Amino acid sequence: MNAYALFAIATVTVATVAIGAWGIRLVRGTSDLLVASRMVSPTQNAAAIGGEYLSAASFLGVAGLILAYGAQMLWYPVGFAAGYLALLLFVAAPLRRSGAFTLPDFCEARLASPRLRRLATAFVLFIGWFYLLPQLQGAGLTFRIVTGAPSWVGVVLVGAVVTGNVAFGGMRSATYVQAFQYWLKLTAIAVPAFFLLARWNDDGRPAIPVDDAWLAPAGGMVATYSLILATFLGTMGLPHVLARFYTNPDGGSARRTTTIVLGLVGLFYLFPTVYGVLGRVYTPELATGRNDTVVLLLPAAALGPGLAADVLGALVAAGAFAAFLSTSNGLLTSVAGVLANDVLGRGRLAGWGPLPLFRAAALFAGAVPTGLALAVHGLNVSQVVGLAFAVAASSFCPMLVLGIWWRGLTAAGAAAGILAGGGSAVVAVLWTIFLPPAPGLAADLLAQPAAWTVPLAFAVMVSVSLATRRRVPGAVGAMLLRLHAPETLHSPETQRRSETSRL
Amino acid sequence: MSDRVRVDLAAHRRVRPRPGAHDELVEQTPMGDALVRELMRVQLGLALRLAAVVAVALGGLPLLFSLWPAGTHVAVAGMPLPWLLLGVVSFPFLAGAGLVYTRLAERNEADFAALVGRPAERVTGSELSPQ
Repeated sequence: MNAYALFAIATVTVATVAIGAWGIRLVRGTSDLLVASRMVSPTQNAAAIGGEYLSAASFLGVAGLILAYGAQMLWYPVGFAAGYLALLLFVAAPLRRSGAFTLPDFCEARLASPRLRRLATAFVLFIGWFYLLPQLQGAGLTFRIVTGAPSWVGVVLVGAVVTGNVAFGGMRSATYVQAFQYWLKLTAIAVPAFFLLARWNDDGRPAIPVDDAWLAPAGGMVATYSLILATFLGTMGLPHVLARFYTNPDGGSARRTTTIVLGLVGLFYLFPTVYGVLGRVYTPELATGRNDTVVLLLPAAALGPGLAADVLGALVAAGAFAAFLSTSNGLLTSVAGVLANDVLGRGRLAGWGPLPLFRAAALFAGAVPTGLALAVHGLNVSQVVGLAFAVAASSFCPMLVLGIWWRGLTAAGAAAGILAGGGSAVVAVLWTIFLPPAPGLAADLLAQPAAWTVPLAFAVMVSVSLATRRRVPGAVGAMLLRLHAPETLHSPETQRRSETSRL
Repeated sequence: MSDRVRVDLAAHRRVRPRPGAHDELVEQTPMGDALVRELMRVQLGLALRLAAVVAVALGGLPLLFSLWPAGTHVAVAGMPLPWLLLGVVSFPFLAGAGLVYTRLAERNEADFAALVGRPAERVTGSELSPQ
């Protein structure tokens, strides 16, 4: 047990909770986010987006996969970064101009269909929970390594802290907390990496054990291209990514912020590879074991017992906890918001006030992934996150891209495409996690479904829209003008609406 | 649809803004509709071209190294070539593509704004609301 690491984890957790509790007085909803957006610079806002985005998958999972499987796993960090480029090219500015705060908001604004909104809500819940699951598993793993306590203690602890923080702390941690978490994560992964490289150099650069498969940038072609599709196109469909965009004052700044995010996220992803590669030298036994512990265990293994190893171990543990807390906070807030607004608020609890409703939603939204994390074991955190990306890429990506660029999209087409593509991806994900592996090529197609579910979603969405073309919304021209024209050309009325309403 | 009005976004560099174009835009006349279609066409073309560059440059790598397995052992700057390209070069490449896109997309919007001009007088927003 590393006392420094325990102290570092406790500090990060207490600081997050304290600032969350304090933040309730500052941030109460979308209008406060807008107020914040005028006070926060694009760089800080970009750091906040990066802080919320870089999760356990990036901090722990990527290095572990590279250690075990080599260059083909570099597609995870490349894809996680490239996802922001696809977001920038196809949706960033129009999505901000739509004024939508959640994905169901966008569905309703663009296609005016309450039924489509309900379908989108179901997918937000599924993606959000499957993204939360590996965060909590990563927390359990880290807690076990640092304290020696069983994994479930860490899962329950972080699940409870994040749920409590969202339910009773504030609607959303202030932007600067998330920005701070980015810089903390970057420091926590970069500083030990330099020490590890120096150590490797001092040891006379011991050879890194490699083989051909580990060096090659692709395993199976289908699996590789499927992963590329899922990560490149999935980012734009993640529930917590869109809400953060609302802190940009207009479409142009959404674009500039996204460009900075690309730089910040790319900078971070230079470092997990160092752990994966040096892990081959100093912790080879992890390649066939719990590979996603390599970031946490490598400093002690490479530097030997002593103060340096303890302090660097504490730093990576703090960075890992920052990753769980910031991503879980953002995800849980988005999931709870959608749950309160679109599920509980329309049911038996309709008479409750907005705040009790949100709190009830947050408790439920936090309990589901915590229970799942206790029940499911042994999956690499990056792989589970990759499955959530595949579902997002097969459901919300086609809806957003076609909704923004094609006036022919209908509500029926969007719903059919989401059901066909996203539904198939959900089945594939559940099969992969809960059932024994399928034989032959089917295993690849289920473990990395995006190669067939993304084209399926686009094809169904376009063909059903064409078949129902008489049901294209009448106001589509005005909507597209609003999405694509710079804000200075909008009438004062529209500008006011896009700033203050949640549609 | 064949009688659709054609618009050239860069025209404002040669001619003065069309008087009343802003009103046509918000009132969704055929001319205003053509303006929006042209803006979307130009922006989508830009996004697709950049996406194609990235798809070929990055998406071509698995294919390249499966056709040229010896390439995985070529060392550049002390690193095997695929590791250098994917693990290091890809990130500044993606950020650079983002920077180029942002510059060009903003220029397209500036062209559009200059062509349309500012609203002559305050217009009501009823035509622009999504209901």
